[in-house]
Amino acid sequence: MSTMTSDPEHGSVRPVVEAESISKTFGGVNALTDVTVRFLPGEVHCLAGENGSGKSTLIKIISGAEVPTAGSIRISGHAYPSLRPQQAIRLGVEVIYQDFSLLPNLDAAENIALPLLTLEGKRVASRKRAMKIAEEAIGRAGIRLDLSTPVGDLTVADRQLCAIARALAHNSTFLAMDEPTTALTWREVDSLFDAVGRLREQGVAIAFISHKLQEVFDVADRVTVLRNGRIVETGVPSQYTHESLSQGMTGRKSTSFPRSSAVWAGKPAALRVTGLGRSQLFEGISFTVGQGEVVGLSGLLGSGRTEVAEAIAGVHPADTGHISVLGEECDIRSVEGAVSAGIAYVPEDRLTQGLFLDQPIGDNLSVTILSKFSRAGRIRARALREASRTMSATLRIKTRSLAAPVRSLSGGNAQRVLIGKWLLREPAVLVLNGPTVGVDVGSKFDILSILNAESLRGLGILIISDDLPELVATCHRVLVMRGGRLVDELDSANLSEATILEAISA
Amino acid sequence: MKSLLSTHPRIRRAIGNQEVLLLVIALVIVGAVSVRNPGFLGVDTLFNILTSALVPFIFGIGVTLVLIAGGIDVSFLTVGIFAAYLSCRLFPQADGAPGALLSIAVAVGVGVLLGLVNAVVVLGARLSTLIATLATSAIFLGALFAFIGGTVISDIPHGLVGMNSVSLVRIPLANGGTTRLSALVIIGVVLAVLVALFLRRTIAGRWVFAVGGDEEAARRVGIPIRATRVLVFAIAGGIAGLAGIVQVAQSGRADPTTFIGGELNVIAAVVLGGALITGGRGRVRGTLLGVIVIQIINSALIPLGIPAIWQQAVIGLLLILGVSLQTIANRVRPIRAILAPPASSVPIGETV
Repeated sequence: MSTMTSDPEHGSVRPVVEAESISKTFGGVNALTDVTVRFLPGEVHCLAGENGSGKSTLIKIISGAEVPTAGSIRISGHAYPSLRPQQAIRLGVEVIYQDFSLLPNLDAAENIALPLLTLEGKRVASRKRAMKIAEEAIGRAGIRLDLSTPVGDLTVADRQLCAIARALAHNSTFLAMDEPTTALTWREVDSLFDAVGRLREQGVAIAFISHKLQEVFDVADRVTVLRNGRIVETGVPSQYTHESLSQGMTGRKSTSFPRSSAVWAGKPAALRVTGLGRSQLFEGISFTVGQGEVVGLSGLLGSGRTEVAEAIAGVHPADTGHISVLGEECDIRSVEGAVSAGIAYVPEDRLTQGLFLDQPIGDNLSVTILSKFSRAGRIRARALREASRTMSATLRIKTRSLAAPVRSLSGGNAQRVLIGKWLLREPAVLVLNGPTVGVDVGSKFDILSILNAESLRGLGILIISDDLPELVATCHRVLVMRGGRLVDELDSANLSEATILEAISA
Repeated sequence: MKSLLSTHPRIRRAIGNQEVLLLVIALVIVGAVSVRNPGFLGVDTLFNILTSALVPFIFGIGVTLVLIAGGIDVSFLTVGIFAAYLSCRLFPQADGAPGALLSIAVAVGVGVLLGLVNAVVVLGARLSTLIATLATSAIFLGALFAFIGGTVISDIPHGLVGMNSVSLVRIPLANGGTTRLSALVIIGVVLAVLVALFLRRTIAGRWVFAVGGDEEAARRVGIPIRATRVLVFAIAGGIAGLAGIVQVAQSGRADPTTFIGGELNVIAAVVLGGALITGGRGRVRGTLLGVIVIQIINSALIPLGIPAIWQQAVIGLLLILGVSLQTIANRVRPIRAILAPPASSVPIGETV
């Protein structure tokens, strides 16, 4: 590293990592086309783009997890046409993957320490040393994490924290973060950004991927926009506004969310919950969602918001209280019970809980309505296909064929499949947990438009979310939970990002 | 039931822990047999069970390693008898303690080589470990009969005979006879300790768990997954060779058809011991318990008046019981309490 060569474009600063004319095809589909990016020391470089724009693929190529079809990766000046992960790590490349890439059977301490001990060429696995490495790493990240629980038993948020701590354990020269904040609370995001700031001061080159535009503006020194696997533009954040950036990402205008419709007055509530409680988790939860009404249920992670949603959906039924749908009392003991009562639930972790990833998109859409389309045990295949096709068109699911597996879709499109399969069943209430988490701006707009259109037809919608702009834009009312109780309610007159933030974090 | 389980972490852990379950089953069976046949409960029976558990246990340790790494090996018995038979053929005159060590070393070495063949097939042809070892198993057996011989060797090297005849313990019985435990069990104990230390206390051992937990994630964090898998197959092959030669020493003969069809019993014992068939979990202690319980069942059914043909069925039932209890224990995960102490807030939310 002693020879500092000068680069005509960046003066005397030599990039830590350069992607040179990278192209990547997956089964004939171009994921990346001729992408060239430079990551400079001490610079936070945001890669912005919709789902499927190729950001994650680029990161995987830089870390050696994928091999490019053409082009090469240059690290500290040396070109590597086919980098391997081990080699990349040795050269100082560290990645926080979108899927975390953790080892579920090992505890957090070992997940954090084992890669480092491996890199250092250690032979003996000392528990003490592993704990020390892990404690230092979580200290560096400014987070709290139970180090001795197997990672498979941790919550999604804790897994994300573990992945962050693992990346920070290593004295890297390049750190890529692919959607590192998806599952985190704003407090955890703050301490992550503090850690990022310290790394920047130490001269680490940082690649940052986020769907949250505000985060991009908060941390970026440079922004590169990708669309359909190509670089559209690159610049400094001050050149952009929220509008111009999301226009660059999506290639179209208009980012304001659709306003929701009026509530259907004088009709029985789509959902009425009275005194709902579950031992140790929440109690005294009472609220209604009118027909045509969109109600937000917010709160920090661990406030009980997901638990209430899961009780309503029958995933983990409540111990006490009553639930009624369209004025009819129903005893919800199971998911099947909730579904037949007219409650549809789109879970938080759609990849593992809501979809059959390897099954065709069409089958995923129609799985909830099989009984409606079958006669004497025989499925009316043609009618069923027709229904799926109509729904797919309504939701504008981007795919060449409904026979393709859901796994082939990007996050936003997978979420549409999940919402579509429940809409096909025509429920009275749709409960959505984090409907646009990990979904890009364009898809987010579409998904919220779809929800809006459905509420116009009388569907009651309960959105569990801590995405403040989304809550403000779509909800008639927002209920706030803290410590397992409903503590506040904000009606449309009082609804703003500031009031929600204040209520959830008080 | 649910609240009992969720409020008593100790009960839940005990049910989730296959080893505790196995201990309970072992005690129940021993108790039941002893009531009917008081003679069953004695040093004699204990020694018999330990002796007959030795070879399956050694094989089981190798299988445990492969299972933890996320694979499944069905070639171990063929590797074992191949290695042991070849060792006897190559050095038929091996005598005394040095001779016994030579016989063992050759068998282990041949086992390691065959294990490496497995690794090459799995990694080179990118086959699943089940298909690969099914194929190599057939090839190894064919090669053994075609090139080395298929006749039973009844005059095995004297070093092995001598080793088996050394007694670790010898105890006089009430009926005037004596019962003994062969020094061969030391091999099992030493191996168990070594492999347990390897798995828990070495970085390479932790790689085995990492690769079995999530191979792609392990690759991405820089763990040498190919090297780890080669290592696992080599060690498992060596252990199979060791088990083969111990079997020869115990039985006093080298018979290429000895083990045919016995693979599932060993795999059942390992899975019963808590190793996950999907990889990432398993321990030597669990395998020991699994093997012992199966041996207890085998030796207890006859005193209980249950025909021996039911042995397999009972083992199958145990397997179902053990694995489904694990699943249930996983389902009743502890809940992290959220509910804060009651605040003086008025009920809200009722507006429509």
